[in-house]
Amino acid sequence: MFNFQATLGEAEFDNPIFTASGCAGSGKELSQFFELSQLGAVVTKSIMLKARSGRATPRMAETPSGMLNSIGLQGPGIDSFLENDIPWLRDQGVRIVVSIAGESVEDYAVLARKLRAIPGISALEVNISCPNVENRGQVFACHPETARAAIQAVRRNIGGGLPIIAKLTPDVTSIVEIAEEVVAAGADALALINTVLGMVIDTNTMRPKLAGKTGGLSGPAIRPIAVRAVYQVHAAMPHVKILGMGGVTSGRDAFELILAGASAVSVGTASFGNPMAAMQIKDELRTELIAHGFDSLREAVGYAHRSEGNI
Amino acid sequence: MMGINSNAKQVIAEIVSNKKVGAYHHMVFAVGELASAAKPGNFAAISVGGESSQLVLRRAFAIYRTFDRGANGGLLEIVVAPHGAGSTWLTNQQPGIKIDLIAPLGTAFGIPTEPVRALLVGGGYGSAPLFGLSEVLKNRGCRVDMVLGASTAMKIYAPLDGKRSVSSLTITTEDGSTGKTGKVTDVIREMIASNEIDIIYSCGPMGMLEAINDIAEEFNLTHQCSIEESMACGIGVCMTCVIPIKGDDGVIRMLRSCIDGPVVAGESVIWSAKRTIPEGTWGAL
Repeated sequence: MFNFQATLGEAEFDNPIFTASGCAGSGKELSQFFELSQLGAVVTKSIMLKARSGRATPRMAETPSGMLNSIGLQGPGIDSFLENDIPWLRDQGVRIVVSIAGESVEDYAVLARKLRAIPGISALEVNISCPNVENRGQVFACHPETARAAIQAVRRNIGGGLPIIAKLTPDVTSIVEIAEEVVAAGADALALINTVLGMVIDTNTMRPKLAGKTGGLSGPAIRPIAVRAVYQVHAAMPHVKILGMGGVTSGRDAFELILAGASAVSVGTASFGNPMAAMQIKDELRTELIAHGFDSLREAVGYAHRSEGNI
Repeated sequence: MMGINSNAKQVIAEIVSNKKVGAYHHMVFAVGELASAAKPGNFAAISVGGESSQLVLRRAFAIYRTFDRGANGGLLEIVVAPHGAGSTWLTNQQPGIKIDLIAPLGTAFGIPTEPVRALLVGGGYGSAPLFGLSEVLKNRGCRVDMVLGASTAMKIYAPLDGKRSVSSLTITTEDGSTGKTGKVTDVIREMIASNEIDIIYSCGPMGMLEAINDIAEEFNLTHQCSIEESMACGIGVCMTCVIPIKGDDGVIRMLRSCIDGPVVAGESVIWSAKRTIPEGTWGAL
């Protein structure tokens, strides 16, 4: 009997295929195509303290094997989210990972306090790496000190049970250094990777295509960056669980991230092109693992790191 | 806030027909029973490029019309302008090829309960959803005047059988290659003044819709328009295709054109926003 169970921190999941933050709407939109409970977990949009309009349009530009987005964390704010979105998701019987984003260290502390007593949440993703902010200095995960401060603020306010998954950007000199900081600050697991900062210039108007000028690049174009980041971090800290993501479109792609060291895999941009993507990837990944002779998902995690003498 | 169109289904649809009409392609897909659920104004989101494509996103097309021929025989038709890599790939696909298609998506044109005088204005292939609309309006006893405009004759989409459903059809081209020389807005003001129009429906480029909306406001007319904004998913998950819309409560919100649109009340759109978040928008920084 093949064991598809995934573990992140202390949290257990029936299977390793999650949605990626910001790629499942409220959950309702995808639920028209499949039952959300078939996912390992839904990772919610990164929710902020207050309602947020997000950035101006155009917010999207398709690129070779990918896309740029500059949504800018549009959302209803934590209070409305807890009142409307969470109860609905809970009713679906799906494991919930709530993603949070703040503009200050204090925001992260307040968000953690608001979430600590909410039942039905499996883990907290702390997004400290959204690229769609006016000031690059606001990307906490770009500096060890700010990354540590944000995660510490959550750790001190979340209480005991809820695992913290810190979401990092590959747009740094050393993602291993940032990863080590956030783990030292209390992160139980890591989400790798957020989108990569990019730009498209419209050659007709001869100006940046996105109203926000820069955007986050996602899709298969960034998959090798994700594989590299997961591999590097797993090599440095093999005991720290990783939720891998970045351009996963097939079971093969998910398998690649698992071999690099991911214990679970999020599907993002692929769901934009195909609402059934996560379900198809889940089935393909299971087939892929079994075909390679694994009895469980866990055996395959980080398998690409085995020494050369090992077949 | 509305949810995804509850009739939307993902199907693998065979191309039944693909014919070049002027600058466009008229394409017909065998979609089964979802055809009966489509209303004028709804759109279809279609995968392009094939299995190994670098095009990762669907393309959205207004539904031109549908035929409900039972569980297996439903047909869905669109009009495609091959101007990018994705739409060009689609127009190169021949009958027999199977395509991944999601429909019907989005809002539909509102149909008045009383027989009214309706003016339908289309820009380029934006005329496509208006023919289905005119049939519905005509069956309700409405008088339908249609104005279609484009830069040149090749870009006017006005098939013969579509014309039958309208009481009058006026065509404008900017180069004068057919119809009146000029833009749709040059002729609709006069038509409104002489024809006692009750409602305007429009579909086309955003600039044209804004100009029509100015005229609608000037004459205090109801205006329903089909808007567009760069869209990644078409099913409400990505939050990229938003436009600023003022609600009945007076609050401006960034709403998804795939869920709360594409058909919206012209008066509710903050047309002046253009690459900005309007001041006072809910959640603006």
